[in-house]
Amino acid sequence: MLGPLPLLAATGMLGSGFREDSIQRAVGLGVRMIGCDAGTTDFGPHLLATGRSQFSRAAVKRDTSVILCSAVRAGIPLVIGSAGGAGGDLNLGWMRDVLTEIAAEQSLHFRLAVIHSEQTKAAVKDLKRDGRVRALPPAQPLTDRDIDDSLHIVAMMGAEPIQAALEHSDVVLAGRSSDAAIYSALPLQLGYAPAVCWHAGKILECGAAAVAQRAAPDSMVAVLHADSFDIFPMREDYRCTPQSIASHTLYENADPFRLVEPSGVLGTLETRYTAVDDRTVNVSGSSFHPAARYGVKIEGARLAGYSTIVIGAIRDPLIIRQLDSWLDRLDDNLRERLRSTVGDGPRYQIVVRVYGRNGVMGALEPRNVAEGHEVTLLWDVISDSQELSRSIAASLSHMAVHNPIPEWHGLISGVAFPFAPSEVDRGPVYEFHLNHVVFPPTPTSLFPIEYLAL
Amino acid sequence: MKTLGQCAKLIRSKNAGPFWLTIDVMFDDPATYRAVRDQRVVTVELIGRLYGQPADQISVFEHDAALAIKISLPRPQSSGSPLDTDVFGGQQYAPLLDLNVDIDAAGLSK
Repeated sequence: MLGPLPLLAATGMLGSGFREDSIQRAVGLGVRMIGCDAGTTDFGPHLLATGRSQFSRAAVKRDTSVILCSAVRAGIPLVIGSAGGAGGDLNLGWMRDVLTEIAAEQSLHFRLAVIHSEQTKAAVKDLKRDGRVRALPPAQPLTDRDIDDSLHIVAMMGAEPIQAALEHSDVVLAGRSSDAAIYSALPLQLGYAPAVCWHAGKILECGAAAVAQRAAPDSMVAVLHADSFDIFPMREDYRCTPQSIASHTLYENADPFRLVEPSGVLGTLETRYTAVDDRTVNVSGSSFHPAARYGVKIEGARLAGYSTIVIGAIRDPLIIRQLDSWLDRLDDNLRERLRSTVGDGPRYQIVVRVYGRNGVMGALEPRNVAEGHEVTLLWDVISDSQELSRSIAASLSHMAVHNPIPEWHGLISGVAFPFAPSEVDRGPVYEFHLNHVVFPPTPTSLFPIEYLAL
Repeated sequence: MKTLGQCAKLIRSKNAGPFWLTIDVMFDDPATYRAVRDQRVVTVELIGRLYGQPADQISVFEHDAALAIKISLPRPQSSGSPLDTDVFGGQQYAPLLDLNVDIDAAGLSK
């Protein structure tokens, strides 16, 4: 018979914060593990491309310090998933340094497991050759070119590599991980029902995001039972309600009733959300459907080029009312000029966002007209070198300011630039270009584990 | 008659991974949710027209337990890529605010 198993999620994203007493009270309740997700693709592809962390080292160190000390002193496992943000080897190494520094400063001793999720180009090509890669909509089939273009590729591990690490360690630092696997790994290993483990993990991974009204990030506890789980927040002024917990299946998921994990699909169509008291919800009736083939998502980032931006604004109603033709004329004149300066060889892209028309929604904007008394133009020039992007941007801003309209005769000054210089270098810019699933030979084969005694 | 923006407790959009956009229309009372659901205020055809995207790429879900209608569609470009306009996908819900809901017909007084 499986007894109640309490698990603690420190917060939704390591470095975003939580109250220290939330952790202490949860440890006092006897939680059997502490978990924390550190990853997201939300901030953009640059974190995977460069190995940088979104939150500062100080912010990540503070959060890590509290949960590491609490876990080690209480003798319970700590699992940090998608370490360093993107989970690549650079991110993972950065996070390992933070962890070992805290251990030395606090004189903490524990066994550390570091699970790698970065994939070499050669390994991904082998998987592709063996028919082990499939595109996810809306992506196209993976090409060798896609693989060669990648700066970093990570695979998103399921529960199995974390379970393997937990057998030989106290603290698990995992590369890119399924968020829910951080929390499902331990209870699955103990024999709790997959539907209970995965649904609890799915809610825990966002910390206190699933409370009715969250003021700031904080902690959440799930108590797993044989066929259901209870979930409640650690901050006493927060409440979980059946609706707030049910709503959490909506968050960041394309389909709220089918949540895809490497080993199967969590089904929530029949789930019942019941209030236990005014801040605790019991969740039961979810289902888990094992996958025909075990599959992990891969993520990759590539260099899109070097960007120089120009910000300009227009107040003249005569220009605003013919903005499309004004932009077309500018583009024609600019390209003619660039043919004589840059030539046809180098590749470059000029993107203009028109705020006051469709700057926010782009192709999705139904109200695609400039109706206000001023518009802002944001030009982005992207090419293979910073020098080229800046030189194109310099021609662009000069031509834009004098771009004529038929109503005015003579040389006009049609654009207001808020900054001097008007051209701002943005450096290298990146894009996510892999949206594929890989079917590895075994659930652990893409994720080698390093063990360290600290 | 009310607008969807007046009826909902929260309308939000967000990335669901770097390649998908998802929009949640959430209500705080079951009667309003049911009125919106049963009047089919949000359909794949309507979203396709409003957002200029093919209807067969769009999904609409009715989530009774969450009192929410959910819409998912592929992003025109991946999050943070050169053509992107909204890295988090957080400001893509505004066109839904003005949809009409026949709330009087549902006997509600909100």
